[in-house]
Amino acid sequence: MTTLLLLGPAREAAGVARDEFVGATIDEILDAAIARYGEAFTRVLAVSQVWLNGEATSRDAPVGPQDEVVVLPPISGG
Amino acid sequence: MAAERALDWVAISPDPLDAGALERWARRPAYGAVVTFCGTPRTSSTHDHDVVALEYETEPTLAEARLRAVSDEARRRWPELGAIVLHHRVGSVALLESAVVVVVSSPHRDAAFDAARFCIDALKRSVPMWKREVWVGGSAWSEEGQTIVSARDL
Repeated sequence: MTTLLLLGPAREAAGVARDEFVGATIDEILDAAIARYGEAFTRVLAVSQVWLNGEATSRDAPVGPQDEVVVLPPISGG
Repeated sequence: MAAERALDWVAISPDPLDAGALERWARRPAYGAVVTFCGTPRTSSTHDHDVVALEYETEPTLAEARLRAVSDEARRRWPELGAIVLHHRVGSVALLESAVVVVVSSPHRDAAFDAARFCIDALKRSVPMWKREVWVGGSAWSEEGQTIVSARDL
């Protein structure tokens, strides 16, 4: 299972901060997340960045059981 | 949650930030300039309400790694720097409390001012952090959204 971290507004839209999914690529993980969380999450995801293990990557990047995919909506820090 | 080295101290903290104590930590005999920046909640809002507090949220491990990338980049640009402190609070931060504290010490003031300015700007653009504006009777995510960039690219 690949870990999915959901931060800030993505956490709120999904209703969870951390979840697990089966998929071969980031795209497959995100498709499964959309199916699980629904419309509000889909809207947040559309404007979010997605990182793999703390770094930006492309959404067709392969993932494995030890990997951590992170959904990062636009930030408002400081 | 603190990650302390001899001259770098980055942290994501649920506890109040004590800017005076952090500044004292950054004072060293070799460095004659110490610049401290505190970011505090302001009453004006992106939602047309008077803000009474901000609630900050992040993933601490991820955020501390990005804070360290900011301090590393500042050292690359200003090799003469002394101490660098980058602390960001999470949870509810009331008016007048510090949400973020940056302290930079250096042999001379030019590098201390320039590096401190770089550190707060880079922190705000490169560290994953989200804030809710809280007012009497409600709250909502800040609408200041920006895409996260790398400190090296700023």
